[in-house]
Amino acid sequence: MHQILHLFADPFAFRQVLPDVWSGFLINVHMMLIAEALVLALALLIAVVRGLPGPAAKPLRALAIVYTDFFRGTPLIIVAYAFIIGIPGLRYAGISGYSNEVYGIAALTVVYTAYVTEVYRAGIESVHGSQRMAARSLGLNYGQALRYVVLPQAIRRVVPPLLNDFIGLQKDTAIIGAIGVIEAGAQANNYASEYFNFTGFLVAAVLFIYLTIPLARFTDHLIRERELRERAAMV
Amino acid sequence: MNATPGFVSLRGVTKRFGELEVLRNVDLDVAEHNVVCLIGASGSGKSTLLRCINLLEQVDEGTIVVDGQEVTNGTVDVNALRRKIGIVFQAYNLFPHMTVLQNVMLAPRKVRSLSREVARGTAMELLQRIGLADKAHEFPDRLSGGQQQRVAIARALAMNPKLLLLDEITSALDPQLVAEVLNLVRSLTDVGMTMIIATHEMSFAREVADMICFLDAGVIWEQGPPAEILTAPREARTREFLARVLEGGRM
Repeated sequence: MHQILHLFADPFAFRQVLPDVWSGFLINVHMMLIAEALVLALALLIAVVRGLPGPAAKPLRALAIVYTDFFRGTPLIIVAYAFIIGIPGLRYAGISGYSNEVYGIAALTVVYTAYVTEVYRAGIESVHGSQRMAARSLGLNYGQALRYVVLPQAIRRVVPPLLNDFIGLQKDTAIIGAIGVIEAGAQANNYASEYFNFTGFLVAAVLFIYLTIPLARFTDHLIRERELRERAAMV
Repeated sequence: MNATPGFVSLRGVTKRFGELEVLRNVDLDVAEHNVVCLIGASGSGKSTLLRCINLLEQVDEGTIVVDGQEVTNGTVDVNALRRKIGIVFQAYNLFPHMTVLQNVMLAPRKVRSLSREVARGTAMELLQRIGLADKAHEFPDRLSGGQQQRVAIARALAMNPKLLLLDEITSALDPQLVAEVLNLVRSLTDVGMTMIIATHEMSFAREVADMICFLDAGVIWEQGPPAEILTAPREARTREFLARVLEGGRM
């Protein structure tokens, strides 16, 4: 027992490794923030494309389906390898010269965009058709009805599942660390190989949990608030 | 009356949902400033008829002309057409994420491209007129059904429509809330609004309609002045329907 504590939760090692893991963790947060912003925008675009009506939009819809199917089905670590190891290996002047962090963010973005597209789509489909019909009856065109009536309601409804996906994304930034970005997990791993002490992993875990718990509680709060509002609307 | 005959004019309109013919060879003329009430059982085609006029549904056969423009030839600008045709639904369909004022202002702002100030001024005037100015900043779910339906009417009026379609607008309301909505519609007849009203409120129809049409199974069986249709109908079907309504105590 003492041996375990010494290896995984040694107070001295904790203090010693904290600064490195913390500086690595800032890279996690950095990747996460950029990827989340990109995911929010791209996923919305793809979800809207997937919902476009008419035969003319069929190729676009098909493209959106292929994209979500492909990246939802591919493990993040494989996409990350392909981006971080593969793209620089191509030696194309335009895209091969960036840092591992940039490729890592790109990998996170394409994979999570696929998930979040589905979340948005569920939200859009949950808005009753009569809302779009009422908007169109007032003379709003397709885009206006979507922009002012459907999407605001859809997005509001999917905020909790969106936040859930972002908790996943935060944690998955550590997968990028396994391949070549010196973030919190990689810093902990370096420390472990140097001193044969794994306390750094505990430090990293604590930092991730500190970031996730407020988000999780905030999500719960939103869900509860919605339930209350819906119950109030029924009486 | 009959200043401009055939402001709305349907000729041989047929509409099918798959195998089912919901409208069969319907002819109807509505003069400007007139009020036409469509009566008939649920499923008789009243709603579909209204929805064909503002192109929420495509007709399969026949023509519909609104304000001198044929709307059924496939080339009409749907959005432009809907600007001059207001429709109010049974379920209100207000936008729940917008305040009452925003609901009324949306189309004038985005479709008529009015400035925020002008749109707000008109919207507040309308809310004043329907007696809900004090609710302008409430969200729809804070309003009673009758209030919500009045807002839905105001939202349609904010586009200055030349024609108003009312689709059983009191059917989802508690009985004590029906009067406030019907009073508002009554006030619209006073200002000469052209309206086509699908309704189950027979005494209201008798009072406001210039003409009443009885529909059954997608066919207009008879049409004429209220006194004639409601008191001395020629068709057996109409008599049966009215007898059933009388039994139901809705007369």
